[in-house]
Amino acid sequence: MLWFAVRRITSAILVMFSISVLVFLIFFATPGVDPAARIAGRSATPAIIAQVRHAFGLDRPLPIRWALMMDHLFIKQDLSSYVNIGSRVVPQITQAAPVTLSLVIGAAVIWMILGVAGGVIAAANRGRFIDPIIMFVGIAAVSVPAYWLGEVVNLITQGGLHHSIFSWVPPSGFVPLTQSPGEWALHLIMPWLTLAALYAGIYARVLRAELVNALNEDYVRTARAKGLSERRILLRHALRCSLIPIVSLFGLDFGALVGGAALLTEVVFGLPGVGLLTYTSLQNLDLPVIMGCVMYGAFFVVLANAVVDIAYAFLDPRVRVV
Amino acid sequence: MSFATRAGVIRAVDGLSMSVERGETVGIVGESGSGKSVSMYSILGLLRDANVTIEGSVLFEGREILGRPDSELRAIRGKDIAMIFQDPMTALTPVYTVGWQIAEQIRQHTGASKKQARKRAIELLAEVAIPDPARRVDQYPHEFSGGMRQRAMIAMALSCEPSLIIADEPTTALDVTTQAQILELLGQLQQKRGSSIVMITHDMGVISEVAHRVVVMYAGRPAEIGTRTQLVREPRHPYTWGLLGAVPRLDSKRTRLITIPGTPASPLDVPEGCAFAPRCAYRFDRCEERPALHGDDHLDACWLEEPDKVRLRRAIEEAS
Repeated sequence: MLWFAVRRITSAILVMFSISVLVFLIFFATPGVDPAARIAGRSATPAIIAQVRHAFGLDRPLPIRWALMMDHLFIKQDLSSYVNIGSRVVPQITQAAPVTLSLVIGAAVIWMILGVAGGVIAAANRGRFIDPIIMFVGIAAVSVPAYWLGEVVNLITQGGLHHSIFSWVPPSGFVPLTQSPGEWALHLIMPWLTLAALYAGIYARVLRAELVNALNEDYVRTARAKGLSERRILLRHALRCSLIPIVSLFGLDFGALVGGAALLTEVVFGLPGVGLLTYTSLQNLDLPVIMGCVMYGAFFVVLANAVVDIAYAFLDPRVRVV
Repeated sequence: MSFATRAGVIRAVDGLSMSVERGETVGIVGESGSGKSVSMYSILGLLRDANVTIEGSVLFEGREILGRPDSELRAIRGKDIAMIFQDPMTALTPVYTVGWQIAEQIRQHTGASKKQARKRAIELLAEVAIPDPARRVDQYPHEFSGGMRQRAMIAMALSCEPSLIIADEPTTALDVTTQAQILELLGQLQQKRGSSIVMITHDMGVISEVAHRVVVMYAGRPAEIGTRTQLVREPRHPYTWGLLGAVPRLDSKRTRLITIPGTPASPLDVPEGCAFAPRCAYRFDRCEERPALHGDDHLDACWLEEPDKVRLRRAIEEAS
């Protein structure tokens, strides 16, 4: 198990290295794009461009340029934006990351609890009236886009009902956890619920289907023949096996969201997260910031997948030997 | 015992009456779909669907257990009546160790501590001749071979000293040498503990090795019931003749396997009279009417007169 974890993390580091090379090549070695010209600005003379090129080391061979870029990005951390000269990339990301992490981790806790509970309750009561009700709520949550749901939530909590039942909902924005945990949670509760709705719906439906399949397996019949209670069969035998696909789904979703896919929720609720940062840097064609965001996002997806694989091996002994 | 399906009500088992004495092995034999397994599942309350109707009576140690609430049946299942299933590859939960799964059953019924249950699991694995049980107890089902998994299933079935073991085709998924080992093991354990066994199988070879008494089933109905010797030496029902004739023999010069012509009766459309009549070479007018199971200690459900049965059987034996 430990050996498996070590090997999985080693391979994750190798993947991250490859990603850094690929991302670097895409942004700084694409034919037809001259980074020096972008840094120097629109009205720069060829002499200034050449000067910039030399100053930024852009006239060196590719592998060295890659090493310089990684040095600026990870070791010196002084890579600066092309558009807002002087503003550094790494601090921008490290400022945005806690916002996104706060949003996604909180939402993940909510959607896992709701999704697993919904799936288990629906599967345990299949054929009774509660099952289709949960499944209908699930499909409704999946069908509503986050930007619409978020705006409706804002409309209700900030608009008409703000002076009555929703007076406790603060205006949109972000308060760091270190500053005030209470305010942090209060500001995030509506974004959490909005983001969690979609995933809770998906997870409840997937888990219900998995559980219903598992309950038809031979090992469930064995468990019944052993004299175990239905509750124990469902929770200890069927659920344990059904959680395996849920965990792999969770890894992909969580990694992608932390990597910036929570953009819509961030925009709707005015949260200055990584999604928002990527979005604005893309609009400005701010290459270093885009590269930083992409690399940050890719690293999180890789990291989340490594963690998921380790959790997977914990849940399913059959994959440990691979 | 019947199932309500979209195509209509299926009487999966009809008019089966049998008993098992202490320390006895009763074989239930028949083709696929003859109602062997469902009859046993139904008495244990393992078929708990709204579409399943079970009528009749199931007495266990003198107590009626049919229609008891599930909580009461749970106390019997796994403790007094244990089951061994056909496919050991899928019958164990893949994500728990074999020892954990055996210990789970022990703890369910005895209130033993985790440590005691684990110790007992190791003893049981040793008893079913799994080598190095102290190490094997912490292994997962996928680390066991098919034969070893079935041994582990037997260890689990024995864990609470049941007085009755229902073995549902326990050797079907195993290769021939492993089959013989498993049957031998079951026989040994039965002698040692004096428990009763119901052996469900479609293999007359298995029956002739282990069963004291045999129930032959066809289309959910008992066709013949008798001791092993009676069934093998003097079978009375044409269906039993067919089953016995279908066992391949090493000393036979025939190159083709012998089969019973036709296909098993569809449970949706069991003939009005004798269920086997459409496939029977000896059918006559009376077979339009359903034959009752008759006889003293050797029962059969066939309209042929006793002397005719003896004559026909001899003729078949000579021909083969």
